[in-house]
Amino acid sequence: MLLSEVVTSGPDFFYLAPWLVFFPVIGLLINIIFGGRFSEKVIGTVASTASGLTFVVAVLLALSLRAHHEGVTILLAEWIAIGELQLDWAFRVDTLSVTMMMVVGGVGTLIHIYAIGYMHEDVRFKNDPGRFRRFFVFLNLFIAAMMILVSGDNYLMLFVGWEGVGLCSFLLIGFWYEMDTLARASTDNAMAAKKAFITNRVGDFGFLIAGMIMFWAFKSVQFDTVFEAAHHIAELQPGIIIAITLFMLLGVAGKSAQIPLFVWLPDAMAGPTPVSALIHAATMVTAGVYLVARSAPLYMLVPQAQGIVAIVGGATALFAATIAVGQYDIKKVLAYSTISQLGFMVAAVGMGAFVAGMFHLVTHAFFKALLFLSAGSVILGVERGHHHGHHDHDDHGHGDHHDDEKSEVFDPGDMRNMGGMRKSMPVTFWLYIIGSLALAGIFPFAGFWSKDEILAEATALNFTVYILLAIAAFFTAFYMGRQIWMVFYGKPKHEAAEHAEESPPIITVPLMVLAALSILGGALNLPGVGTFTHWLEMTYEKFDLHLHHGEFNLTVAITSTVLALLAIGISWLIYGRKSVTFDQADPLKRILGPIFVGMENKWWIDELYWAVILNPYIAIAKFTADVIDWRFWHDWFHDKVIAGTFNWFSKTFLDSWIDQRGIDGFANGLAAGTKELAQRLSGIQTGFVRNYALSVFVGVVVILGYLILQ
Amino acid sequence: MLPVSYYVGLSAILFTIGALGVLIRRNAIIIFMSIELMLNAANLAFVAFARAHESLSGQIFVFFVITVAAAEVAVGLALIVAIFRNKQSIDVDQMSNLKG
Amino acid sequence: MTPELITFIFLALISVASALGMLFSRNAVYSAVYLIINFITVAVFYLMLGGAFIAVSQVAVYAGAIMVLFLFVIMLLGAEKLGNNETLGWQRPLAIILGLGLIVEILYILFFQANEIIAVKDLPEGFGSPASIGTTLFQEYLLPFEVTSILLLVAMVGAIILTRQEKKNV
Repeated sequence: MLLSEVVTSGPDFFYLAPWLVFFPVIGLLINIIFGGRFSEKVIGTVASTASGLTFVVAVLLALSLRAHHEGVTILLAEWIAIGELQLDWAFRVDTLSVTMMMVVGGVGTLIHIYAIGYMHEDVRFKNDPGRFRRFFVFLNLFIAAMMILVSGDNYLMLFVGWEGVGLCSFLLIGFWYEMDTLARASTDNAMAAKKAFITNRVGDFGFLIAGMIMFWAFKSVQFDTVFEAAHHIAELQPGIIIAITLFMLLGVAGKSAQIPLFVWLPDAMAGPTPVSALIHAATMVTAGVYLVARSAPLYMLVPQAQGIVAIVGGATALFAATIAVGQYDIKKVLAYSTISQLGFMVAAVGMGAFVAGMFHLVTHAFFKALLFLSAGSVILGVERGHHHGHHDHDDHGHGDHHDDEKSEVFDPGDMRNMGGMRKSMPVTFWLYIIGSLALAGIFPFAGFWSKDEILAEATALNFTVYILLAIAAFFTAFYMGRQIWMVFYGKPKHEAAEHAEESPPIITVPLMVLAALSILGGALNLPGVGTFTHWLEMTYEKFDLHLHHGEFNLTVAITSTVLALLAIGISWLIYGRKSVTFDQADPLKRILGPIFVGMENKWWIDELYWAVILNPYIAIAKFTADVIDWRFWHDWFHDKVIAGTFNWFSKTFLDSWIDQRGIDGFANGLAAGTKELAQRLSGIQTGFVRNYALSVFVGVVVILGYLILQ
Repeated sequence: MLPVSYYVGLSAILFTIGALGVLIRRNAIIIFMSIELMLNAANLAFVAFARAHESLSGQIFVFFVITVAAAEVAVGLALIVAIFRNKQSIDVDQMSNLKG
Repeated sequence: MTPELITFIFLALISVASALGMLFSRNAVYSAVYLIINFITVAVFYLMLGGAFIAVSQVAVYAGAIMVLFLFVIMLLGAEKLGNNETLGWQRPLAIILGLGLIVEILYILFFQANEIIAVKDLPEGFGSPASIGTTLFQEYLLPFEVTSILLLVAMVGAIILTRQEKKNV
């Protein structure tokens, strides 16, 4: 290769694509096999290195793409070849998938590093240091599954990754499966894990049906084949495309926690905080957004489905934002915030603003990971303060009993226990402020640019959705303001918050990197420059998709900034001067009354699901089990009809005729015959060796004679 | 040279005599010697074919047969000695304890 | 009647006669001596067939070492003769008839059914010499050769174990 070619085309690293999956798998195998002898630092280093290497690979792939705009497919192996179905295990490297790879690898690595510090303390608070290794094995498994999801070249491979991350999500939500979030013996965490898993199965069911229709209609699930044939099919039978896209939406609703399947995500906060950040904020839950963005050529053909997706996203954004206002748990607020922000992304990709949606996905990964991890740092700080307070009391030797009782109900994640922590945890405080401003969409933080792009696109594409999202943005700023005032300002409401200690650098340094990204992330796609737009267009150009290019809309930007500032101001008025404690009701309740009660109780969605779906379901299950299965099938049909008939038949006929005469007679006769034969034959065995040799010799002569005569 | 069939024919006659020795004689040692004669007859056929095909493999095989025969004789005679110690006889017909 | 054929017939007669002698001698020592004669004539056949090394091995190992071992055991046990108490009277005639049958069959196959192999007139220089045998043995047949050494070792150990006197009062 000439030097000039190297400069213009750049080096080509596409062959590295399979290592996106191999590196984390190698990492987890090392930890599984040898981890027992490793110290925590080595385990964490191995896992983080494996994750870091995937990021390096993702970056190299991105560099390689500069010369190959249209993307490259790397074939690893033939996977399934049955009749018409020809599927390869192939890695699709284009700008869309590489964007996801870089987010997964980059944010994933930072969270791995953070988790070394976090889990070190977490396993000690929960008295099981042996579980440290398991955590990192799961994390690496997650990275591997997520990489399969984003790099797959067909829907089935994507589905494998989709289920893989679902499994990791289940394993990690139930990581402390024998306790609840407050480390009391309970099945709460296990239930949360099951809830997430089963709710996702409902979505996956939709995704599977979409895949089956697709295979039935297109005879393929490979991306390019499907997208190329889609035009043709859409003209003949648009219903098929609508069915595929809407069933796919069900899958998206499950994985990306949209209405009506969002209920699992808040409960998923039972997992350790790095998990909440990595899986349930930054990466896995965005898989649905990626799926819609990846299937853009299908969605663009059916505006009806696009409208439904956008409305679902917008409604989720607003609905979840209102719930977030009424929550007291620091992570629950962020969980509902995540649902709300996912709503923004889904609405964006639903409207056809794929670039805006993906842009928000990237920036959200930065600041939401930052917020979750900072929240984890806050919780750890409070826990440290709590233990500190304990020791003080023990030293003084009084009030032990009373203190223990209190410690049983102490929740380090409840914001009503916090307050004034900006003094005790200054680094975390500033990191949290950065994350919150980015989330609230304040200029010039990353969230401002991406959220504004979505809003600007919405004014042009779907004004209803714009209204929903604008109100959601207002609530976003409000609940973040509420959280900041409750956690970091005012007076400490619990001695634990008073004694809270700052976290070590292994926790704060990854956060600083994320904070820097949250500040600067907007630079990816500044209005007028549009780096990210051009980057993603490389992928969409291939399918002749003429994407709508949202112009920067100053009115929209000013409106949303004013709304956000207004919301923060209102939150200061309500919460800034007065601390919320357990004893007194939330001040907002006095203003909003029953509406706030609704927010506080998550609009009784869980209760609704129990009443409408789960209780009837359980009743039907009990009915089928007790009445149909046990009484009818077991007691009557099986015991009386089948067993009764059989007993009668066997007693009257089988026993005497078949068994005693037929089978016994045969077996006994056989035995007697064998015995008789053996007694006669034993005469041949003379015991003389020469006699036996003679028999062999006779055989030789006879066989030779036979051969001659033949 | 002479046709190979002459040598093979001689080999067959010697082999049969050896086989007869096994069948007729009762003396364990003579039976044993008859076996050696059979081996030797086979060796003769090997060497004859080696000559005819001008291949050394036949002779190498004979070499191995001689070696194995030596090992066999060592073990076999040891067995005969052990039997004689028990029975005070080397008549193979005396060793018929396993008759049916 | 070439000289080669005359030599062959002469040696063949000796070898068959000595084999029969071994078969019918009443005394085991005579049998052994007849067998030695037989082995030596066969060794001469080997020489005629270009197997110099094999012929020497035959004389040294078979006629020498192995037969000495036989004689040694016969004399050690004092079992030159067995008593006249034939148990299987009918076996002897049957075996002889079968033996004659086998010979007839084989000769029939040899001279009427099998294709005669046309042998090469002149052997290459050094065919069957110790050098050529050694080269073949250590190149093509190295593994069997090494395995044979293990076999000999096992036989040696086996012979010792079998003939060892069990100590009665342990």
